[in-house]
Parts: sequence; structure tokens; C-alpha cells
Amino acid sequence: MIAESMYQELILEHYKNPQGKGLREPYDVEVHHVNPTCGDEVTLRVRLAGDKVEDVSYEGQGCSISQAAASVLHELAAGSDVRESLDRVDAFTELMQGRGKVEPDEDVLGDAVAFAGVAKFPARVKCALLSWMAFKDAVARSQG
Amino acid sequence: MTDQPFDVERIRKDFPILSRELPGGRSLTYLDSGNSSQKPRQVVEAMREHLEAHYANVGRALHTLGSEATEAYEDARDKVAAFVSAPSRDEIVFTKNASEALNLVAYSFGNPVNTDERFRLGPGDRIVISEMEHHSNIVPWQLLAQRTGAELRWFGVTDEGRLDISGLEELIDERTKIVSIALQSNVLGTINSTSPIVGRAREVGALVALDASQAVPHMPVDVTETGADFIAFTGHKMCGPTGIGVLWARAELLEAMPPFLGGGEMIELVTMESSTYAPAPAKFEAGTPPIVEAVGLGAACDYLSSIGMAAIKRHERELTAYALDALAEVPGLRLIGPRIPIARGATLSFTLKGIHPHDVGQILDDEFGIAVRVGHHCARPLHLRFGIPATTRASLYLYNTTDEIDALVRGLHHVQKVFG
Repeated sequence: MIAESMYQELILEHYKNPQGKGLREPYDVEVHHVNPTCGDEVTLRVRLAGDKVEDVSYEGQGCSISQAAASVLHELAAGSDVRESLDRVDAFTELMQGRGKVEPDEDVLGDAVAFAGVAKFPARVKCALLSWMAFKDAVARSQG
Repeated sequence: MTDQPFDVERIRKDFPILSRELPGGRSLTYLDSGNSSQKPRQVVEAMREHLEAHYANVGRALHTLGSEATEAYEDARDKVAAFVSAPSRDEIVFTKNASEALNLVAYSFGNPVNTDERFRLGPGDRIVISEMEHHSNIVPWQLLAQRTGAELRWFGVTDEGRLDISGLEELIDERTKIVSIALQSNVLGTINSTSPIVGRAREVGALVALDASQAVPHMPVDVTETGADFIAFTGHKMCGPTGIGVLWARAELLEAMPPFLGGGEMIELVTMESSTYAPAPAKFEAGTPPIVEAVGLGAACDYLSSIGMAAIKRHERELTAYALDALAEVPGLRLIGPRIPIARGATLSFTLKGIHPHDVGQILDDEFGIAVRVGHHCARPLHLRFGIPATTRASLYLYNTTDEIDALVRGLHHVQKVFG
């Protein structure tokens, strides 16, 4: 069926077993983002150490897509290079806003390529982007 | 007519869309009539026939088509008036939708142009609504309170999903000028009893408005029997087209109320300095009205009457009882609203433990072609009241069947398998 491409096994796996969930100390910046159309919310904290993202911790409520996207974000961002993680956010945003026409680069996106199918559902794109936008915001603020 | 047995299969044949195929060869199970109902051939045909044979502007054109169009438009008013047992056809004002009808009522309060004491509203006065309202029966009153400095208060909702009228006397006090509540909730399905509220409003001299958008399509509504002063409803939820709604109000109130929109057809005499206005309903119908939509709504009234509103209500009550039992068997399902099919309509909102409504709706549509609504259904305060961000809502109508409820339940079990 059509949505099969959206509910990838990997997405459901992250939804059922979210990685790195829960708010942790210490952190540099905490942000709270909401999606007013469906009420999804995320509170997200980042801890930077020089050029590295030391930790990304989060708490939130929402659909499987938004929860899984936060879990994948944690996996990819925590412990990675700040610059690299921001490039990945840009690539993910481009993929999500590409109406299913952008070919994802697995080298850049890693497990986040599993969300490629979501791009075909405009109503759900914001769900996938919620925590990623929160992360970008938090990094910008902690660097600002 | 109403003595015929209710033949849902025959009724379904009147709605061509119900037998269409969705992409991937899925059949359609439409459980979203509370959002908007489907249209029978009879309505589509009446609108097509009007456009092809009688179309012209109304009220001003003196030629044959103009008078035929005017006659059709005014015939529709007669049909709507009869459908809700209005004492006079002049008490039926056509609007764009129910939201506009409610805004029109709100606009007439605290308005310097309106000198009628009952509509005077300012600091120290009170507006009363309820926590179970659709945003369209909340926001116009918030705006009115902001404009005038009046206080906005509301009835709470019980855990069972009924209007909590325990504080009726304190809430509707001597300062209250207007009470506006839903006749039937668009989320809970609850049908509110109007008599205690109207009774108390009369004691303190307050006027009463009813948002009947979810009631008029589903049960016989006699406007005078409700005791209300204003009743708003919309065409597209009762087998009619979008773009047309109705405000019913007692004639003497319409006479006292100021125009809402100024423009063509609502005037008597216009000079550069000032104008006098046409009597109601024309006073409230500025500009070219939704003519073909009115014809469609008139045809929808004919269609529903030919089946019988009492019969439709009975059918929906049977469906509701069946659905309440069936949903109770789904593990982890929490129904938001009355659990017994008494004083409630066929609107069933629920949560599934651990699964977000967006995921429920997506799987139901994608795997089974089941159309439900997910989200807060334009009633966010009510969802906050129950401590949930969103629900999945199945809303049934005259064309729905118990087989479709079975399909919903099978779909929900599958959703739980995917996300469990």
C-alpha cells in the first residue's frame, strides 16, 4: 500500500525503542518546539564540547514519525562533529521538503534515509522535521 | 414516507461516491460525515439542472431567468424553513456557513448601532459558552468579549462527556446577556438538553444561541421547541453543498439586529450620507448570495425529508449502539464521550493507548480505505479538558452500515499490530 513506504521497519523500530530519550544534564541550551496542526511537541537539549556534539537529549509526545525522527536524530548527532551534524540537518530538510523527488544520500543521512517515504505525505513532513528543527535551533543558540 | 423500512442499501445507491474505488483497488468506508457529508444524486442533479436551465442573478433581474432564479432561491428558503419548522420563512437567513451565522449573532451584541436593551453588552456583562464547543462557537465570543469588555465564562464538561450544569444558577447570572452552546457536540456526540439552560436564561433575561451544525443533519429539529432565540447550522453537513449556512432567529430579534455586512440587496434607500435597510432576511444577505448552493440545500432538505428525519435518527441510534459495543471490545481504546447510546449522536471519538491518532488515521486510510478524522476537530479546549492532544473520530450518517463499523474495528486491530 501507499503508506508502506512511510512506515519503514526502521522507523517503527525507533518508535518502539527510542534511543537517547529523556532530558539529561548537563546541557548548554534547551528548546521547546511544537507543531500546532497536530499538537506534537518536543523539548530538546544540546551539550556541545568544542567541535563536538556531546549529547542530544529530548522528551516529547507525538506520532510515530515525530518520535522516531527524534530517536534517529539522537543516534546520528550525539558524539558527532557539529558541522557535520548541521549538514545532515540540511540534507534531511531537503529530503523531507522534496515531495518524494529528492534522491537521499545514505553516506550523509545514514539511518535517516528511512524517512524518504514521508516526503510524499505533505501533512506528515512537519512531524519528521520537528525535532531536527529544534536541534538546529538549539545548536545555533548555544553557538550564538 | 416515514413508514417505509429504512433501506440503507437503497440509500447508498443515491451516493455515487460511496461505491468509488480508491487508488490501489481499495473500497471506500466513509466515516467522516461530521466533518462533511457526502451528496446524493438528487442534490447534485438539482444544482446541475438549475445551472443549465435557470441560472441568473436573483432579486434584481427582471427577465425570465432572473425571476426563475429568484423563485428557486426563495423556494429553497421555504424548504429550509419547513425543514426546521420555523414559524416564518423570513426567519431564515442564508449565510456562508455556520461560523458566519454565529459571527453575525455575536456582532449584534455590544454594537452601538443596536439600541435594543437585550443586545447591550459591556464591562460587567457576561457571555456564557461551554467547554465542548467547536472553535466557531468560541472565537466569535472571545472577539466580542475583547471588543466590549464583557466577561466570557463557560460550562465545564463531566468525565462522561456531558455538559456540567451543576453551577447553572451561578454561571448564568443576572449579568448574562447571551448563552451560546452546541446542540450536539462535534467530538463527544453528546446531545445537550436545552430546557434547563433556556429556562435559566429566561429568568435572567439572557438570549440563547444554539450551534446546531451537528444536530440538524441527524435528527428532527423544531426551532421553536428548542426554546432558543438563534440557531446556526450549515448545508454541507446535511447532504447539501459547501458555501451555504443558515441562521434562524425569531423575527422580532432579526428586526432589532443591525446589518452584519453592507452591500447590494440589503438596502431600502441609499444616499451618500446614510442608508435604510431592507427587512430581514434580506438585511443580512448583502451581495450576490450563494444561489445554486441554496438550491442544493433545498434539494438536500427534500431528500432528507423523503427518508424522514425520525427514521434517520433511529438508524443512527442503532449504529451508535452497535459501534459503542464494538469499540468497547478493542483493547486500550478510550472513548471520549458518553458510553451509552442515550442523548448522544453517532459521533465516536477515541484514543488508542500508545498510538498517536495521526498514525491511526494513516493506517486506516492506507490499508483499508477507511476515512476518519484525526486531530482536535476544531475543539482544542475540549481535548485539553480530557488531557489529550488529539483523538480519532468516526462520525456516521444515514448511509453508514454495521459492516463499516466492523471494518473500522478490524482496522483498529491491525493498527495495534503495526505499532504494538
